[in-house]
Amino acid sequence: MYIADTIAAISTPLGEGGIGILRISGPDARRIAERIFLRTNSGGLLSHRFYYGEIVDPASLSPLDEGLMVFMRAPRSFTREDVVELHCHGGYLLVQQILALILNQGARLAAPGEFTRRAFLNGRIDLLQAESVIDVIRGKTDAALALAQHQREGRLSRLIAEARQHLVHVLALLEAYVDFPEDEIGGFHREQLDSRCSAAQLIIAQLLGSYDEGRVLRDGVSVLIAGKPNAGKSSLLNTLLREKRAIVTAIPGTTRDMIQEVVNIGGLPVTLIDTAGVRETGDEVEQEGVRRTMEAIPRADLVLFLVDGSRPYDSDDELICTALTGRRFLLVKNKSDLTEMMELPTGLSEVSPLVISTKTGAGIEHLKEAVCREFLHGRAVDSREFVALSRARHRDALVKCQSALVQFGESLAAGLPPEIVAVDLREALSALGEVTGETTPDEVLDLVFSQFCVGK
Amino acid sequence: MIVYDRQYDVIVVGAGHAGCEAALAASRMGCATLLLTINLDAVALMSCNPAIGGLAKGHLVKEIDALGGEMGKNIDATGIQFHILNTRKGPAVRASRAQADKQQYRLRMKRILEHQEHLDLKQAEVTALHVEEGRVLGVDTRGGVRFCGRTVILTTGTFMRGLIHIGLVHYPGGRAGDIPSMGLSDHLRELGFNVGRLKTGTPARLDGKTIDFSRLEAQPGDDPPVPFSFSTERIDRPQVPCYIAYTNERSHEIIRSGLDRSPLYAGIIEGIGPRYCPSIEDKVVRFPDKDRHQSFIEPEGADTVEYYPSGLSTSLPIDIQWAFYRSIVGMERVEIMRPAYAIEYDYVDPIQLHATLETKVVQNLFHAGQINGTSGYEEAAGQGLVAGINAVLRVKGKELLVLGRDEAYIGVMIDDLVTLGTREPYRMFTSRAEYRLLLREDNADQRLRRIGHEVGLVPEEEYGRFAAKLAQIDEQLARIRQTRIAPSAMEPDFMEEYGLVGLQNAMSLDQLLRRPDVGWRDLIRLDPTIGEADARIWEQIEIQVKYQGYIDRQLEQVAKSRVLEGVRIPTGFDYATLAGLSTEVREKLAKFQPDTLGQASRIPGITPAAIAILSISLKARSSR
Repeated sequence: MYIADTIAAISTPLGEGGIGILRISGPDARRIAERIFLRTNSGGLLSHRFYYGEIVDPASLSPLDEGLMVFMRAPRSFTREDVVELHCHGGYLLVQQILALILNQGARLAAPGEFTRRAFLNGRIDLLQAESVIDVIRGKTDAALALAQHQREGRLSRLIAEARQHLVHVLALLEAYVDFPEDEIGGFHREQLDSRCSAAQLIIAQLLGSYDEGRVLRDGVSVLIAGKPNAGKSSLLNTLLREKRAIVTAIPGTTRDMIQEVVNIGGLPVTLIDTAGVRETGDEVEQEGVRRTMEAIPRADLVLFLVDGSRPYDSDDELICTALTGRRFLLVKNKSDLTEMMELPTGLSEVSPLVISTKTGAGIEHLKEAVCREFLHGRAVDSREFVALSRARHRDALVKCQSALVQFGESLAAGLPPEIVAVDLREALSALGEVTGETTPDEVLDLVFSQFCVGK
Repeated sequence: MIVYDRQYDVIVVGAGHAGCEAALAASRMGCATLLLTINLDAVALMSCNPAIGGLAKGHLVKEIDALGGEMGKNIDATGIQFHILNTRKGPAVRASRAQADKQQYRLRMKRILEHQEHLDLKQAEVTALHVEEGRVLGVDTRGGVRFCGRTVILTTGTFMRGLIHIGLVHYPGGRAGDIPSMGLSDHLRELGFNVGRLKTGTPARLDGKTIDFSRLEAQPGDDPPVPFSFSTERIDRPQVPCYIAYTNERSHEIIRSGLDRSPLYAGIIEGIGPRYCPSIEDKVVRFPDKDRHQSFIEPEGADTVEYYPSGLSTSLPIDIQWAFYRSIVGMERVEIMRPAYAIEYDYVDPIQLHATLETKVVQNLFHAGQINGTSGYEEAAGQGLVAGINAVLRVKGKELLVLGRDEAYIGVMIDDLVTLGTREPYRMFTSRAEYRLLLREDNADQRLRRIGHEVGLVPEEEYGRFAAKLAQIDEQLARIRQTRIAPSAMEPDFMEEYGLVGLQNAMSLDQLLRRPDVGWRDLIRLDPTIGEADARIWEQIEIQVKYQGYIDRQLEQVAKSRVLEGVRIPTGFDYATLAGLSTEVREKLAKFQPDTLGQASRIPGITPAAIAILSISLKARSSR
């Protein structure tokens, strides 16, 4: 019914939680796990036992994390295949890195709902359950579609599409050479082929580089909370995180440095930056904090300008307001549980504030939606799993594409015939196809017909 | 209506390249077969260029031959110039092509049909099908006769509502000199078929006495000529050359001056033409920077002065044709014997077919050739053969034959047609085959001989020869894997020539053959007995050894896709009740009605998620 290869995915929500769980299912699950997980207990591996050990990169043997591993031998597992679960610390980047390790060992990133689908196909769950799987798949597919639409507008997919376009052209050159007499197409356009190919390779290398640098992957978007002391910045951060992480006291100026947390808002990985309160102060340490906040404002993708609705608008608020000139920000009025004392200055009268109370939780959902809207153009999708998955998918696809292109270059250099080297090129294209959609023969032929005057 | 008192198993309508293969296959498999044609003097007539094969088309001919069809043998017997294309490229895309003696080709095929047991050949125009309760029972002819048959194969070519255009003049015709088939396509529409319109064209035929060949470049064929058929030993017929001519700026000016009277540009032609076979006016308009276009001047036969100028088809008015052909160097005084023309004709949407070529609308009715939107003799013949085989299997109550995309170009073509349909005349290209390395001319017999033998089209004697060849390949392959040559046993100049200096360990012959610069003939220097075996055997071994890695990769892909190909979707599956599919996907599936999950996955816009949902539902149904 399906191809019994080995699949892997992150099973816990990303960006929050103390631990992360990765699941591997399929015939290679055990082999892969034993490559990247070094047990302290070196005896035989028993099924359904927890083992403690280190997660390592098999290439360098450098440890990434310590954690637990459990092996569930088929058929006594959720999918009725060999399954391994790895439990590690729940950092966003860390879990992604471990997933990348697993994929590098030959597992394939699981498609949406694929574990459940396997469970059904292997007779582990019944029809009723399976029908709810269908809904799950649909839900995720719709979210993925919305996300794909969003990403399509992004720089990332524009670049991938550009690389693909180059490769489709290269394929068209090859196919024209194969399928039409040379006198019609003017021979083998090797130079054009080489330049298109290196252009594609450059883009892919850049993209992979940007993954490794990790801004996109690690940070998602950054949202900075700015406000005068005791406006409730740390409380807001904690409310959004749903746990007390920043120190919250009633004494103004408690947060002297910046605190960063990755939080998942409507499927968007958001790095929230809590800052020191901005006010004129004599305290040197506090002054330093204020200076850092003012410097951080231009670097954030979005600023939440937090004001205290129970106090009048004052010069400290004005200080921040001035720093926000020309920046993307949302005005957030806190403490709606207290008596309203604030009148906004004429400069802000055009802006309608989001009214919240970090104490009662009022208005927080609206705030989240507003943040999402800022980035998703009104399409706030709950696809937090997908933001991460599709990225791992992209990386996966790009790595595959890159190695196929290297092979393609070598085959060309070795003087292999065009229809043979086309196999490597098609593999590169089909890797990108996982992101952009397949390249159909008709698309290639269209290009051939538009470029060459062919036909008897 | 007078009912003919003989009951046929298979009735084939049309005696072109599809119809001939269909009728021969059916009768050779032992079924009582009737072949009907509008004109018995035009059986297997080459309406366009007098040639068989070419890139990707040569592959089709070899496959037809391997399955037990006639086309390869017919061109071997009547070919006047053989040439293998793409020899400087790899083994998978090398392709055979031959010029035919057009009249001899047609006459030989007619003779074969006439002497074929179980086959009746009659002249009649079919105007309607006799259909009851969704099943075809026979055909009705213009002459008022009803022929009864358990299955019917329609191969109508360009004849249904054919309309010939020369400039702004147009008149009904199935081909220049033949009447069209009127009424049949209207009848098909009434039965529920989607009938569309396509266009194609052909150049003028020129009088060779008025061409100055001394000013053209001669193009001889290969010497010795290599036959198409696996059964042909050698070609004895004398070979003749083609010639190369070029258009020039003046030709292009003349063409541009006639565009206002072109039926294409005046919007009179509604049918869609093939992009890979554009008319000369199309080329001049679309590629204005090209200062000349090449044409092969191909002989129409050994006993005629008629020549076919390839690449110069047109539907421009006759006065423009006179001036334009005469603007070409060497043709200043040329006389046109038959004018160039375009032809529009009706075809039936191939999405309404199963992969067996049986229609989804009427049971026991099969369509093959241009009626399915293809173009080309070879494409037509391949479909005709499959339709013929399947009509017989239907009559005998056996499971019908579907060739896989990994087995044959014929399989790729039929799957493309029935899965995706076509909006322009469909021509085969090697790039359409995702498993191109597996689908070579040289191994067509290894792919298809067994199938041809099983259905009864490959005689025992021919099959025996094939089995012996296979055994030899295996034997020699095993031998070169085992034969190891120590460096001390190699001559120093051999080692130098192939970059083996400094070699420490012994190498097997197959390891040596894997090197890009070593061919099988080079191995003779190490093992003289290699030279004693058949060259065709060694070519097979060399290809298998040299491209092993790539071939294995394609085989892996095949194994993966087989899983989806094997899952059947029941006829009339109700997609409307399927939860989880988007409306768009649901509508597409309902429209295309795929037979298998594999087919469904090739429909544009059908996502992997949709396939997953579909596969779950199918699994759920079967377990219910």
